[in-house]
Amino acid sequence: MKRISLLLPRSVAVTAALAATLTLAACGGDDPLSTDTGNGDGGDGTTIHVGSANFPESVVLAEVYAKALEDAGFTVEKTLNIGSREAYLKAMTDTAELDVFPEYTGNLRLYFDEDATASAPDEVYDELVAALPDTLTVLEMAPAEDKDAVVVTQETAAEYSLTSIADLKDVAGDLVLGGPPEWKTRSTGLPGLESVYGVVFKDFRELDAGGPLTLRALRNGQIDAGNIFSTDPTVASGELVALEDPEALYASQNIVPLVRTEVLDDALEEALNAVSAALTQEELLALVNAVVADKEDPEDVAADWVDENV
Amino acid sequence: MTWLQDHWSDVFELLGQHVYLAGVPLVLGLLVAVPLGWVAQRLPRLRTPIVVGTGLLYTVPSIALFILMPSILGTGILDPVNVLVSMTIYTVALLTRTASDALEAVPESVRLSADAMGVKPLRRLFTVDLPLAVPVLAAGLRVAAVSNVSIVSVAALIGVPQLGQLFTDGFSRDFMDPLAVGVVGCLVLALVFDLVIVVLARLATPWHQGRTA
Amino acid sequence: MSLMWSWLTDGSHWHGNDGVLLRLAEHLWYSGLALGIAALIAVPLGLFVGHTGHGRWLAVNLTGALRAMPSLGLLFIAYMWLGDHLRGEGAFLYPTELVLVALAVPPILAGTYAGVEQVDAAARDAARGMGMTGRELLLKVELPCALPLLVSGIRSAALQVIATATLAAVLGLGGLGRFLLDGLATRDYGQMAGGAALVACLALLVDLLLAALQRVVVSPGLTGKTARQPRVETRQAAP
Repeated sequence: MKRISLLLPRSVAVTAALAATLTLAACGGDDPLSTDTGNGDGGDGTTIHVGSANFPESVVLAEVYAKALEDAGFTVEKTLNIGSREAYLKAMTDTAELDVFPEYTGNLRLYFDEDATASAPDEVYDELVAALPDTLTVLEMAPAEDKDAVVVTQETAAEYSLTSIADLKDVAGDLVLGGPPEWKTRSTGLPGLESVYGVVFKDFRELDAGGPLTLRALRNGQIDAGNIFSTDPTVASGELVALEDPEALYASQNIVPLVRTEVLDDALEEALNAVSAALTQEELLALVNAVVADKEDPEDVAADWVDENV
Repeated sequence: MTWLQDHWSDVFELLGQHVYLAGVPLVLGLLVAVPLGWVAQRLPRLRTPIVVGTGLLYTVPSIALFILMPSILGTGILDPVNVLVSMTIYTVALLTRTASDALEAVPESVRLSADAMGVKPLRRLFTVDLPLAVPVLAAGLRVAAVSNVSIVSVAALIGVPQLGQLFTDGFSRDFMDPLAVGVVGCLVLALVFDLVIVVLARLATPWHQGRTA
Repeated sequence: MSLMWSWLTDGSHWHGNDGVLLRLAEHLWYSGLALGIAALIAVPLGLFVGHTGHGRWLAVNLTGALRAMPSLGLLFIAYMWLGDHLRGEGAFLYPTELVLVALAVPPILAGTYAGVEQVDAAARDAARGMGMTGRELLLKVELPCALPLLVSGIRSAALQVIATATLAAVLGLGGLGRFLLDGLATRDYGQMAGGAALVACLALLVDLLLAALQRVVVSPGLTGKTARQPRVETRQAAP
């Protein structure tokens, strides 16, 4: 009898301990989505949610926007490293969880209008503006671009005398291409390469879009050609050769701030447009290099850059 | 290491989020698995479907569950609740069989004694069966805790903030430091969860000297 | 749901270079290879620990530590370390197999040594009384008696390895995980859900097969009901 009645208070104690642990955990997990960066000085202090995709360039650009907005007096909350475009676009249009995002004119336009055909920067921008839903707006675009590129090693380029994608036409049948899974079906991938250049590869490996897998695979010979972005330090340094794209299969990809229409206001536009104006190709390359090659912290790199240039 | 020192506050924040996403489902999962296990144990005909059915849920790949949750729950795409619910499902999948086994393992003699003393079945469940089932439940919970810590890190592939994000950051920049910190963080967290559960189990079973599962 | 059905029932998705049948075979290959290697490592080790009683502390802690490894992190680290030193497929395959083996060893190891440990002392006694040597005791008495828990450990390992072999796709390999990642990348949720369902079905099938194997292999003299051994000891963590 005694034993059983002792059990009740014990279980209460255990429950209490569990509850305490839970509370502690919940405290640590408060607002798990955001990394608060504090207020600006003066200004209206409205909270803006900035997001980024899950590659270093996107992260550093988002940090740049965040710093610029903070300097303009906004309170910024960041949600970085979101893996899928659909996820963050839905977060902007459907659920208003995000307000600002660094985007690329060409691919964003392609997302909303698969049949878009322009390739020059201004035309792509106009098509983008036309294709966007009302809930989204793009501000001024930067001169800087980051385009998809089909890249080969120096050796491969020398062996097959490759300078442009067109040169691949006769040799691709012996080569393996590596790229993101969506290249199997997207117009910028295998279908496009075939229809625009008549290039058909022997095999395709699903790796990542310009990421470490594709890079290593290129270097180590698992693939002969790969999808690397034009701002990647390996391309800028000349270690890898980006094949020219005379038929403009890869449209312009200017960096542009994507904003949820509802949060538009003058201070926000001014801050972000100033960033766009200052973001030249060299500046972008320097930013990416600092974060990827020098392993510096995106937040610090961004803060320094904004202080110096904007 | 200097990277950790420089980024301590960020890592700590990710750690907190990881604790939340891995820990809360443990409690929720337990709350669901115990009744389910009790039903499975009391109604032998339902035992196999319940145990096998829940066990099967464990094999659904985590990335898929995280992504498909919004369409089932109607939550926002970036909502961490998606991960929370998915993790609870995995915890239930792991614990239901354990709960059923644990309740099964209560000695028949003890049960009969309680009944003979006039203890009603429901009260007996709470005051006799469950306390005696604690060691086995705790063992299962320890396994679930470690499993959860590991699965939550996979959510990094869709951008949910937690320690796993250190993996993807490190990998995308070819930078070992955050990767190593992330892995060690997960190991330490698993260890802490394990210890907490062991201590709580021991507190709840004062009559047990020594051998816990 | 309906998206998943339409994807699964589309015949063209089953054949060819990117088809379900191929991915299924690849998935089984990655899983089977890992399970085989893990068994080769864990069973002898577990037999040794169970039979001699030496190294139990090490075995238990090794099991615990391996269980706690976050598979995705381990995968990235392994690839970063090994990837540059290996040519061809190996650069992707070896890191993946490393992670899967690390995942499979704990359940098999725990099942094996627990199985040997709980062998009835009377049986051991009788064997010694019959004049069996240590090795004969191990192979003719302890191992057969340990089989239920051993196979249970293998079943548990198989379940986790099959569920986790989806990670192979992260490194660009094939397997059913390919449908998950490709579906995610191309916003083809039917493909994603289909892939997930296939993994679950495969795991179920393999589990049923192993259960049948267990029934065949375990001596009828053993009821299979071991002395109050909580089977939770062999249910392990997965990523």
